[in-house]
Amino acid sequence: MTISNKPIVWGPFAAGGTVTAFVTPALILLTLLAALGHAPDLLAYDRLHPLLGYWLVKVAVAGVVFLSLWSAAHRLRITCYDLGVRADVAVATVVYAVALAGTAASMLYLARI
Amino acid sequence: MSRNPYVREEGLRWIFRHPRYLRYMTREFSCLFIGGWTLMMVWGLKQLAEGPAAWTAFLEFLKSPASVVFHVVALAFAAYHSYTWFNLTPQALPLQIGEEFVPGAAIAGAHFAVWAVLSIAILHFAGAF
Amino acid sequence: MGERTVELEVLRYNPETDQEPRFQRYSVTCREEWVVLDALNHVKETIDPTLSYRWSCHMAVCGSCGMMVNGEPKLACKAFIRNYEGVIRVEPLAHFPVERDLVTVVDDFMAKLKRVKPYLIPKQEKPVSEGEYRQTPAELKRFKQYTMCINCMLCYAACPEYGLIPKFIGPAAISLAHRYNQDSRDGGRAERQEEIASTEGVWECSFTGACSEVCPEHVDPAAALQQVKIRSTLDWYTEHLMPWLEK
Repeated sequence: MTISNKPIVWGPFAAGGTVTAFVTPALILLTLLAALGHAPDLLAYDRLHPLLGYWLVKVAVAGVVFLSLWSAAHRLRITCYDLGVRADVAVATVVYAVALAGTAASMLYLARI
Repeated sequence: MSRNPYVREEGLRWIFRHPRYLRYMTREFSCLFIGGWTLMMVWGLKQLAEGPAAWTAFLEFLKSPASVVFHVVALAFAAYHSYTWFNLTPQALPLQIGEEFVPGAAIAGAHFAVWAVLSIAILHFAGAF
Repeated sequence: MGERTVELEVLRYNPETDQEPRFQRYSVTCREEWVVLDALNHVKETIDPTLSYRWSCHMAVCGSCGMMVNGEPKLACKAFIRNYEGVIRVEPLAHFPVERDLVTVVDDFMAKLKRVKPYLIPKQEKPVSEGEYRQTPAELKRFKQYTMCINCMLCYAACPEYGLIPKFIGPAAISLAHRYNQDSRDGGRAERQEEIASTEGVWECSFTGACSEVCPEHVDPAAALQQVKIRSTLDWYTEHLMPWLEK
């Protein structure tokens, strides 16, 4: 038996699970308020655009996006296996690719702000 | 005496054998909503980068009935993820001080407290109240 | 003390004559304080001597009588008749092949137990003449709960990942490895990592937590597995990102 390299994918999963546990519900509540027509002040273009202009904020947002997408992807991979989908390598490739693509996209858009 | 062991097949019936497995699958399914919401926000970043008109269009999209329903469901699943994550933390990170272990309820409770304070801070900073 | 007539629906399988298992009903008049094991013993002694099952201590310390009672992994000696209504379905422990009736094939678990080296591997050999190993109460408490495992395999029956992935080393074996890793007298963690930090080791666990819920001795194997995951992850990143550090 050799020591597995699973920690490569599990480390970010655990970090992402922790981050999403702490911040995601509050953030979803913010956009829910916007969805209900009571968008909080911060979601106005003139407030949000300057805030996301700071490099520190961009890095933080990209980090949260990566960890959120990665932990969701990893969990989805496990769930697929639990539901009887045997093609783990194929599933893993797809879910992690989506997570990385989403992260790359967010970094691209953040750079343009 | 000859051995002839019988292997029982189970398929997906295990999910329904006990409520704990349904709760587990519910927790796992939260990933679809947390991941889905995050991707939605990435698209929002794109709209924000394109300018005020695109951002307004994004806010309008958020107001669509499908988006409202998704948000409510996503919020429920995200909260359930938080609830289960913090309750499992004491098992993953036991804390032994001296001879005794800090009670699990204290470790989980501290996480819930931080979660509450952080959430209120986020909402206040965003001007939600 | 009252009595109650209970219907038991027991899985039967004769490897010499049966193609597949079937269920057989027994009507048993149980005393109020009886456990499922008492009812099975009554069946074997007075109704059907061909019924086969494992049991020994009748007090939840030997780990022999694990079986599914109404779909839930239980020790038959700890499943009280008074807690059940209607027909009580008794089946062999899930996720193990059926040898005969309620007797399962446990070879897989026995092999996995050996692989994790569940014995003290001292950092340095110490002859008896040098005296005993000393351990503080705090050092003992650090691993005590993981010593309580009675190898009953209820956790394997409850674990959906073991059901899906038979190669998974499993909750009890990994918890026992953790028990020794946490023991201050032990120096064998690196050796055990070869097994429990492999793909078939702790990484098949998805923290369902069912193992800890069904454990009759409150070992909390799920906790052991998550702690092994975290330690293994820290090891991995330290080794790959900071290889100059001594382990």
